Amino acid sequence: MAMAEEHKTHVGKYFVVYFCMLAIAGLQFVVAYSNIDGAQMFTRMMILAVVEAVLAILFFMHLWMENRGLLWFVAISTIFVLLAMQYGWTDSFRLAHGVPWAN
Amino acid sequence: MSHADVTLGGPSAGLTERPAFSVPAKKMAMWLFIIADTATFAACLVAYGFLRNATPNWPRPFHSITNVAIMTFILLTSSLTMLLGIDAAKTGDKARAVRWVMITAAGGLLFALLHIREWIGLIGEGMTLLKNPWGTGLFGAAFFSITGLHLLHVSCGVIALVVVGLRYQGGRYNADDLEITGLYWHFVDLVWMFVVPLVYLLNLGH
Repeated sequence: MAMAEEHKTHVGKYFVVYFCMLAIAGLQFVVAYSNIDGAQMFTRMMILAVVEAVLAILFFMHLWMENRGLLWFVAISTIFVLLAMQYGWTDSFRLAHGVPWAN
Repeated sequence: MSHADVTLGGPSAGLTERPAFSVPAKKMAMWLFIIADTATFAACLVAYGFLRNATPNWPRPFHSITNVAIMTFILLTSSLTMLLGIDAAKTGDKARAVRWVMITAAGGLLFALLHIREWIGLIGEGMTLLKNPWGTGLFGAAFFSITGLHLLHVSCGVIALVVVGLRYQGGRYNADDLEITGLYWHFVDLVWMFVVPLVYLLNLGH
């Protein structure tokens, strides 16, 4: 019960982050209807998704308030795995344009 | 290291006393699960991106964003209601905490029902795992596997929320258990932020 009495509420911050995330999700839908090429659309949507994800991880999942060691552990291990998966993209372009049966 | 070392203050005593990163074991286990599950979803989405990039006649079957926009709104809002539940639990207001957790579970259930309705609509238009009327048959397999994996996570999350919520109400679990379940729920929300642009918005038929 002592813990409950000591607890500082973060409801105001949650609402601010929630509305930011709603706005970013809305921006993704705006980008989907904008008149730009596919590569640019993909880049803009991914940037918005990453910003949204960072907000969710830091403030909804409370990683910002956790031990800094855990923050770095989660960030480094996740980013390493995500980057390691990107090595195959050049091959997908080769399949699309470089192989004899592509066109 | 023997059990005696730990309990009797031998040379290895103290090694098990401090949890990693000063995080409770259950929470650490959830973070490790989330990191592993991130790799699973990332592998699926990268494979999807590879296929989409390398396939010339990739279908763009979506003509309306209404359904996916509503689903996104519900999932994001359910993350907020989960936080309100955890906040109520930490302030000791058990009844309010359970109410918010059950509202979160209801949001998840609604999301799942909308998702299933969308699937039924697409299946009705002739889309299966192996073929569809719009282009390469790979689309159906990619779409159903990614959204299906996410839907499975949402369904498991709804069950977990109800079970943990009821056990918290009964006094078997505490606010920390709710917070750990919340971590999973926010992760499910986080994954959806990448599924929406990649699987839906980039496949809008203009």
